[in-house]
Amino acid sequence: MLNRVMGWFRTFFGTTSSSSVAKERLRLVLLSDHLALAPDVIEAMRRDIFEVISRYVEVDEAHSDVSFEHKDEGIAMLASIPIVSLKPREPEESSPKEETSVLETVSVNGHNSDNFGRRPRKRRRRKASGASQTAPAQ
Amino acid sequence: METQRIVTPPVDAPQLEIHAPPAPVESQKKPKTRGRTIVVTSGKGGVGKTTTTANLGVALAARGARVVMIDADVGLRNLDLVLGLESRVRYHVLDVLEGRVSLADALVRDKRVPTLYLLAAAQDREKDDVATDAMVGLVEQLRDEFDYVLIDSPAGIEMGFKNAIAGADEAIVVCTPEVAAVRDVDRVVGLLGNRINAQLVVNRIRPALVRKGKMLSVEDVNAILRLPLLGVLGDAADVIVSTNRGEPVALDEASATGAAYRAIAARIAGEDVAAPQAAEPDGFMDKLGSFFGGRR
Amino acid sequence: MKARRIVVTSGKGGVGKTTTTANLGAALAVRGKRVILVDADIGLRNLDLVLGVEKRIVFDLVEVVEGRCQVRQALVRDKRFGESLAILPAAQTRDKTAVTELQFADVVNNLAEMCDYVLIDSPAGIEHGFRNAIAGAAEAIVVTTPEVSAIRDADRVIGKLQERGLPMRLIVNRVRPEMVRNGEMMSVDDVCDILSAELLGIVPDDPEVIDTTNRGVPLVLDPAQRLGAIYTKIARRLEGEMIPFTQLGSGGFFGRLFEALRAG
Repeated sequence: MLNRVMGWFRTFFGTTSSSSVAKERLRLVLLSDHLALAPDVIEAMRRDIFEVISRYVEVDEAHSDVSFEHKDEGIAMLASIPIVSLKPREPEESSPKEETSVLETVSVNGHNSDNFGRRPRKRRRRKASGASQTAPAQ
Repeated sequence: METQRIVTPPVDAPQLEIHAPPAPVESQKKPKTRGRTIVVTSGKGGVGKTTTTANLGVALAARGARVVMIDADVGLRNLDLVLGLESRVRYHVLDVLEGRVSLADALVRDKRVPTLYLLAAAQDREKDDVATDAMVGLVEQLRDEFDYVLIDSPAGIEMGFKNAIAGADEAIVVCTPEVAAVRDVDRVVGLLGNRINAQLVVNRIRPALVRKGKMLSVEDVNAILRLPLLGVLGDAADVIVSTNRGEPVALDEASATGAAYRAIAARIAGEDVAAPQAAEPDGFMDKLGSFFGGRR
Repeated sequence: MKARRIVVTSGKGGVGKTTTTANLGAALAVRGKRVILVDADIGLRNLDLVLGVEKRIVFDLVEVVEGRCQVRQALVRDKRFGESLAILPAAQTRDKTAVTELQFADVVNNLAEMCDYVLIDSPAGIEHGFRNAIAGAAEAIVVTTPEVSAIRDADRVIGKLQERGLPMRLIVNRVRPEMVRNGEMMSVDDVCDILSAELLGIVPDDPEVIDTTNRGVPLVLDPAQRLGAIYTKIARRLEGEMIPFTQLGSGGFFGRLFEALRAG
């Protein structure tokens, strides 16, 4: 009985329920487990990224790195790709001459990433009650 | 929050020394005696090995000991999850054993209890990938730097279990008061042999059911296993909540289960603590205690 | 006429695979199906114990594989179910490497000629014992509890089953409705969502179940046990009937206020 009252207080006064915490932790840990188990997918992603970037700049593939890291509340893909030189561009586009040596891209975060073959999760409206909460929409 | 990689670096990363020790905390002196090596095992799955390893690690470290916990459940790791450290795991045991990273880089330090460290299992490998003598070598190396090396054994009696016990001098055998569990644990006790000193922790006792004759008592369990009794734990709901949050109950002053783990840690450390008692699960006193925030 | 061959697995130990296999088998048998249960947990057998037939074992799976007996000699019939329920026990003094996947699959195929359902009780883990258990199966039931470790391991196992092309359905075991209402336990919806799995059954937590497994009494035989009805529903769902999940709403103020929870 007391547990029920406490749960009610928590829901009304805003402390996150332990089940929501658990759900969010699970979402991230499963994502990282799937990434660790899909080196071929990561390799394909790496090749595709180089191919796209190589259309605009010459890159040093040997010293490049694409990785996935836990950042704040999610997982981010980080790419560190040394740029050797710019490729010739179309005349009407003015591109700044850069002496940059490293291009850092923070892209896909965990919420929008590919589900690696799993069915996309349905988004539901958050219910007022403490029961059956899904992760809040971002 | 610091970033932690979750995918191992490319194979041409510089080969690092395995032997660099973790940097000691200023206030901690290097232990003069070699650490104790304790495997937490059972045979039966789901009886509370990982929860026990996590909480004993926390409780021992909270007393000032330097503790390292090794997750030996390759492929199905969970010690990191129970501890709430899953987002900080960057490397694992096989990364160390196969020479890709140093031990120092692989150890995850628990920020809540600064003398507590975790060495995670690989998620994308199998238990057979670990060579037994490599595991023994790792444990031997760790006991020079830590007061306690706790090894969380997987379920079963195959390679994972054999690797987990290989480096240990002592065992904490966890059993629940169920016939199936007692039978499995009995088999495991036999497999531990004479080399390993084993003690028993009985988990998930519900005194009310024992009184009604609907559950084995601690005495019933130990009549078969015949081991020195290290501790008795109830079946409180707060363990589930704590795993949800990744906050081991041993950190919670108000938790009766946490108190039980702290008592077990004290006993392991050689203190003469009162005989193990089981807490009534979610009993009136438990609720009262947590409501007023005080210790039961 | 070949049986349906279903493996009951989980990854995580202790979530209720053996209890599920035994009770689901018993529920199917009560409905007139011929069921053979296979204990794939070589070295740590428990299916015999949970069914209360441990004293009647003469031969085991390993002896069948090694040709030391016929498979029919190793089957232990549960007399409470007439001719409808039998178990092929695991060996106790060996380990899981005693049998190969091919050998295990052969035994299961053999058994499938003799009954309507072969239910295989998988050991914990995802190694040799698990691979053996799924080798003989055409479908899977994954058992999990609403706890983070169990769900993580179930996810891993579901991945392995998908690799093998085995269709699977989920049973969520040990649900505590009060804790779900308080936000202290994930709901069944949460679990199915995270695992992207189709639900087969919801079994509420009941500490008195331990007593029935200790005594070797399947729930469906004990009229005092309400969980018996739940396993019957799961059996019917397995047979293809569309059975809604039972409302667990406790009535009263809290029951009406919060979403009614389900079981069955």
